[in-house]
Amino acid sequence: MRRVAVLGGGMTIFRRRLQETGKEMSFEASRMALNEAGLELSDVDSVVLGSAPDAFDGIHLKGENLLDGAGAVGKPYIRVFVGGGTAVFTPIAGWWHVASGLADVCLVVAEEKMSSCFPHPQSAFGHIWDPILDRPLKPNLVWIFAMEMNRYMTVHNVRKEDIARVAVKNKRNALDHPSAQLAADLTVDDVLNSEVMAWPVQRLDISPPSDGASALILASEDVAKKLTDDPVFLAGAGWCIDSTMWTDRDLYFPEYVARAARMAYKMAKIENPRKEIDVAEPYDPFDYKELHHMEGLLLCDKGEAPILTREGVTQRDGDLPTCPSGGLLGVGNPIAATMGIKACEIYWQLAGKAGKRQVPTDPQTGICQAWGDLMQYGSVLIMRRG
Amino acid sequence: MERRIAVVGAGSTTFEPDTVGQSWKELMYEGASSAYRDAGLNPRKDIDSFVTCAEDYWEGFSIYDEFVPDQLGAVLRPACTVSGDGLHGLAIACIQIMSGMVDVVAVEAHSKISDLITYNDVVLHAFDPVYNKPLAGHPYYVVGMEMNAFLDSSGNTEEHCAGVVSKNRTNALRNPLAPYGGEISVDDVMESEPLFSPAKKLDISELVDGSIVLVLARAEKVKEITDEPVWITGFGWNSDTPWLEGRDWGRASYAESSSKMAYKMAGIANPVDEVDFAEVDDKFSYKELMHIEALGLAGRGQAGSDLESGRFHPDGDFPINVSGGSLGCGNLLEASGLHRALEVVLQLRGKADGRQLKDVERGLAQSWRGVPTASGAAMVFER
Repeated sequence: MRRVAVLGGGMTIFRRRLQETGKEMSFEASRMALNEAGLELSDVDSVVLGSAPDAFDGIHLKGENLLDGAGAVGKPYIRVFVGGGTAVFTPIAGWWHVASGLADVCLVVAEEKMSSCFPHPQSAFGHIWDPILDRPLKPNLVWIFAMEMNRYMTVHNVRKEDIARVAVKNKRNALDHPSAQLAADLTVDDVLNSEVMAWPVQRLDISPPSDGASALILASEDVAKKLTDDPVFLAGAGWCIDSTMWTDRDLYFPEYVARAARMAYKMAKIENPRKEIDVAEPYDPFDYKELHHMEGLLLCDKGEAPILTREGVTQRDGDLPTCPSGGLLGVGNPIAATMGIKACEIYWQLAGKAGKRQVPTDPQTGICQAWGDLMQYGSVLIMRRG
Repeated sequence: MERRIAVVGAGSTTFEPDTVGQSWKELMYEGASSAYRDAGLNPRKDIDSFVTCAEDYWEGFSIYDEFVPDQLGAVLRPACTVSGDGLHGLAIACIQIMSGMVDVVAVEAHSKISDLITYNDVVLHAFDPVYNKPLAGHPYYVVGMEMNAFLDSSGNTEEHCAGVVSKNRTNALRNPLAPYGGEISVDDVMESEPLFSPAKKLDISELVDGSIVLVLARAEKVKEITDEPVWITGFGWNSDTPWLEGRDWGRASYAESSSKMAYKMAGIANPVDEVDFAEVDDKFSYKELMHIEALGLAGRGQAGSDLESGRFHPDGDFPINVSGGSLGCGNLLEASGLHRALEVVLQLRGKADGRQLKDVERGLAQSWRGVPTASGAAMVFER
């Protein structure tokens, strides 16, 4: 297999972006990534776009509409879509383009514009349910995540205080991120006293809807060696989907994430992820999800993630820095575009380009993960220096 | 390209204007299980990756990807949705295999368009929301305008387009999957109701339901799976601008670029001599002529007269759409390209029954994503 390097990343500010179209945000992120890589659009052989439901932007065939903003006119262009998992799945699809020999340089763009869904993007989620079994109950995403959080807390006897520490950590980390939407210096009590949405989920346990775009430049080893002395390479990828019937499984552990992680570790020849992973960006749309996903990624035992969090292991200067970007909780959650705080962040951390967010341990290997569909999709990407 | 990837299994449902007795999950199950049976594979153990080609609004869901795994045998396996035509999905499956990550991939595409009661509005919803959508009307006005621009700039005629309809619907009589086979004459088409002038009722393919699945495998795995592999030796895909106002309406540049990429990969310098037959997109009659010229299978402005001479008929020099195409089999939306690939595979296997072409070694499949896109793909298959 051809080795594939990451040469540049870019992301817009995550906000309600009423003034910009999805095309414009895609352009902005792509231009930033090309600038960082020192390349021009004419150097790009193919383009991959990731974006989640069309109902957010309110455009059918959304990928076709966005393609000129993503620089894809006259090029091989494809959109991939695996719900929230798109954020980390899109660069995996870019990897195929370069590793197969089809492209020497692939531009990977992720876009989401949730604010055009009126009155609130939650209404688009009204149509993600089985039309016969679920939809008549008029479920809401916060409710089912409350069920999952409750199950996780019950099985492992986890206290809410320990889950709240994730929100405190990530929102504080986000103070150092120039794109952040909800960075804040909070206490555990602030989280525990915030408005109850659907017990045990409270306002500050949740990441905000957002608009934004992010981009990555992937290239063959030959191209990379001409442009940098110390490239970051893609080392392992995994993706996995569980049954549509979410009501049929025990929600306390994301087996689909574990299978995706094993696939990625095998490819990256990692036998002991706890020792070999230096920095992690698990998907954190809710604070308990970071813990859930650390366990799914096999970075700790089942039920151990809250303890590591309490002990400070996951702080930016801890043994296993986790969500040093500030995550979805702090930087924002424009679904697919969170590639910018997952895949781009791991690239920036390994390349030593993370600025004030840089973890101090000179990381060599990092992992990022996204989660999506109906609590059923895991996508995992591992990067490594040299 | 050397022989690195082969189609080792193929299956589909029949194509029907309505399938009230089956859900979309059941259609997908039927397509997938027939392909797995054909390949002799157990999806839960033998298939490494699954690709579905789908779009949320066609399906009536946000995040349609959720509803894919169970009926494909893909639970707790690597699977993804590609928002593209079935040929895009096949191309993505090929690069998954070429990247070394997986060995065997199943690609599914389907249409359950009979569930959708607002087709016109959904198509219009794909138009630019600021500049085009507010003009409203039936979105196929674009078809009339493009047909006009193509005929005007190429010199092909409305009668030539009617000849495409006549050929393809006659061909469909010999395809057991096809619901729109018929002895339709050029006059029948010319006298049919004008809808989006110059496009008439019979120039436009009817929407149908159906599901198609192909299984691809890496060369090293092929021998243990099948004795009759059909090799994929070249593929390409490309998009022109999404702006209706920004395109050259007289030509299909996406088909020119994607076929060029596919021919290069397959080592084809002159497709007319080196390819034996083709299945090209004909969602609208003029599109077949436009695509034939873009694929380099006829000179500019020559497709219509070549058709008249019988060159593209099943017994002609270069048979095109022996399956009946979309005009004869129906418009399968994102599954249309996979249907073209299926027909090429059946012909190369010698399993096309009453419509089998003689002595074919190499075939081309080509797709277009439909109104209002300028995106498409092309793929070369060999025995």
